[in-house]
Amino acid sequence: MTEIDEGSVRAEVHAWLEANWNPDYGLVEWRKKLAECGWGVPHWPSRWYGRDLPVGLVPAVEEEFKRVGAIGVAKVGIRTLAASTILAHGTDLQKEKFLLRILTGEDIWCQLFSEPGSGSDVAAAVTRAEFRGNQWVVNGQKVWTTSAHKAHWGLLLARTDWDQKKHQGLSYFVLDMKQPGVTVQPLRQMNGYASFNQVFLTDAKVEPEFLVSEVGNGWAVTTTTLMHERRGADGLRSWAIPSDKPGRAYDEEREEIRTTMEPYKWYPQRAGRVDLIMERARTTGKVNDPVIRQEIAKVLIMSKAAEWTARRARTAQEQGRPQGPEGSLGKLASSHIARAAARVHTSLLGPDALLTGDDTPMNGLLAEILVSVPATSIAGGTDEIQRNIISERVLKMPRERTGDTDKPFKDVPRNSVA
Amino acid sequence: MKFSFSSEQEEFRSNLRRLLAARSPIHEVRRLMETDIGYDPDGWRSMNTELGLTAVRIPEAYGGQGFGFGEQCIVLEEMGRALLCGPFFATAVLAAGAILNAGTETEKQALLPGIATGETIAAFAWVEDNGRWDAEGTALTATAAIGGTVLNGHKTYVVDGHTADLIVVLARATQGLSLFTIEGDAAGLSRRSLKSMDLTRKFARLEFNGVAATPLGTAGGAAAPFARTMIEASVCLANEMVGGADRLREDALAYAMMRMQFGKPIASFQSMKHKQADMLLEVELAKSAAYYAAASLDGGDDDAAANAHLAKACASETYMQTAIHAVQIHGGIGFTWDNDTHLWFKRAKSSEVLLGDASYHRELMMQNWAS
Repeated sequence: MTEIDEGSVRAEVHAWLEANWNPDYGLVEWRKKLAECGWGVPHWPSRWYGRDLPVGLVPAVEEEFKRVGAIGVAKVGIRTLAASTILAHGTDLQKEKFLLRILTGEDIWCQLFSEPGSGSDVAAAVTRAEFRGNQWVVNGQKVWTTSAHKAHWGLLLARTDWDQKKHQGLSYFVLDMKQPGVTVQPLRQMNGYASFNQVFLTDAKVEPEFLVSEVGNGWAVTTTTLMHERRGADGLRSWAIPSDKPGRAYDEEREEIRTTMEPYKWYPQRAGRVDLIMERARTTGKVNDPVIRQEIAKVLIMSKAAEWTARRARTAQEQGRPQGPEGSLGKLASSHIARAAARVHTSLLGPDALLTGDDTPMNGLLAEILVSVPATSIAGGTDEIQRNIISERVLKMPRERTGDTDKPFKDVPRNSVA
Repeated sequence: MKFSFSSEQEEFRSNLRRLLAARSPIHEVRRLMETDIGYDPDGWRSMNTELGLTAVRIPEAYGGQGFGFGEQCIVLEEMGRALLCGPFFATAVLAAGAILNAGTETEKQALLPGIATGETIAAFAWVEDNGRWDAEGTALTATAAIGGTVLNGHKTYVVDGHTADLIVVLARATQGLSLFTIEGDAAGLSRRSLKSMDLTRKFARLEFNGVAATPLGTAGGAAAPFARTMIEASVCLANEMVGGADRLREDALAYAMMRMQFGKPIASFQSMKHKQADMLLEVELAKSAAYYAAASLDGGDDDAAANAHLAKACASETYMQTAIHAVQIHGGIGFTWDNDTHLWFKRAKSSEVLLGDASYHRELMMQNWAS
């Protein structure tokens, strides 16, 4: 293959968009065109809707899209993780069946990994898949499943062999969510929202061709999904900004963003809303309280220092240098910041912290911070898990000896599911 | 603003680290800290002749190398890591800073080349018994006398004030706050070494009885250059501090990896692993703040002053907390004189207080952002 330079890539995308983009397309119709020409996911293989472009050139392509205001393929939600996983481990049949409808946004996906008995320890899953007759039959319970009630397909981790050791007895499936064996119930959180679901699987069926990779290789496939989740975590959290331009495609995209982002409405609040602190301190006059000033300063210092640490890591990465330890610390830092910010917001609210909703300032948004922040140090890997990762992978401290990997999983002590 | 060190800067750092490890090993630190002057004049001279460390941030016009705070802060960070005993902070940061910020062209021509070569050991005397780090506490008077100005009063907590050849003094003149320079052996000046808790950083108390002084900069115009000098010194100290904190963290980690209890290294206990993860987080955040504050000074950012206070507050908390953890991780041995941890612990405590503690700098930061 010849050397590809950014300039000619930009010129080529631009010319194609000039000739083809039209906001009066239906969203699905337009995205089918993108899949056909390969500019929607240029880093994907040319056989599967891409152009074999190096990942480094994707931002340039995206910029060209932005320049003409053209809508891209569907990117938000678990569907991106599904695509990456299927591309890496799926069969041609699976790629054919799923990838296009992921790109067009027609199919919604969810992730069925966590269970009531296995949170941080995902590989301890006890949802059972048994091959009976000519198909897989699944029984068990999954939890923390975003969009399960809307999803067409689920990425399922289940145990297929109890005589194997913990990681070897797992398999990975694509589960049809719209079948009688799947029951979805919203899971109400301490902040009143129900952004996640519990999924009950009772004799749910999976066709044999929807096994991803081989029986017993589920953990390797799961690792792929989780790796993409971690890598894309910033993207998932960042708000998709709808365009305000007129046109059918824009209308449909606005609706897509609205529904996809619905469960994430409270996410800015769980991070502590450091951005509101100074303004609130001035409004309430508490900016003049020397004790509160000190507490505000502590939050601002942590928040700035964390921002600069992320910037250090990014700059190093852009310059192609090995990333130092600064790259692994962001998640843990954000927990500290969120907690400290919630404490300051409590001081700034005063007795209003006793109340909630529209009886409190900013129509309940501030009160929402106080009961949302605990999620930050749990979701996406608890602080304790983060500290294990930092100490073991960055500082090379000895790994903890666990008691569950040296014997058949059926003999491992585990939680009883209620 | 993007920020990270260039490959030249990284190379400078690693050379410096090697050199300081060779010239200032811990047994040398222990030897020098027990001496009265607190450093090795020959070693100091040769280090400056070979590397021009005091010259790094002095403009080329005055015999310096003309680099910025970014480079000078690398020097400080490495010195803090090595716990170098030497008058660098007093000379190249405090005194040189005051001269650069306040001095006229002629004064800078006269005073800076000696500092750049390392020949002149200099100090900055501004704090008095009231213990204020800002200029408000200045009571020492400058009065007109036959043939010039004389200083009367006292200064204390003067870093390396007992050995300096040249001392910059903050005084109250009839025109207002003013800066002067005097020689270390000036008539009417009496100097006393104070008993420093951190033996690697020496302090002195100075008594002025009609000491003849040379003006530095505009009479009555010292407030702004003084404030600027404090901002810069806070950033420099913060960088020195994060170097020490990182070294403490590494040493404590190395100890935990080899110390065996209950048949395994204590580093395998989760309580140790989590503590080390927390230490890494804190130290890396403090490093980012210190680096960013240095870059803000070089870039002339509007937020440079606020960022300086932020960096010093952050470094004060972090260095001390890291030192506390480091002693704890070492256990009983960490509380002994023979173990090296206390040397950095004391530098951490001394640096926490010097130029104002964390609360002081948090308040100043808020004054920049809240008004």
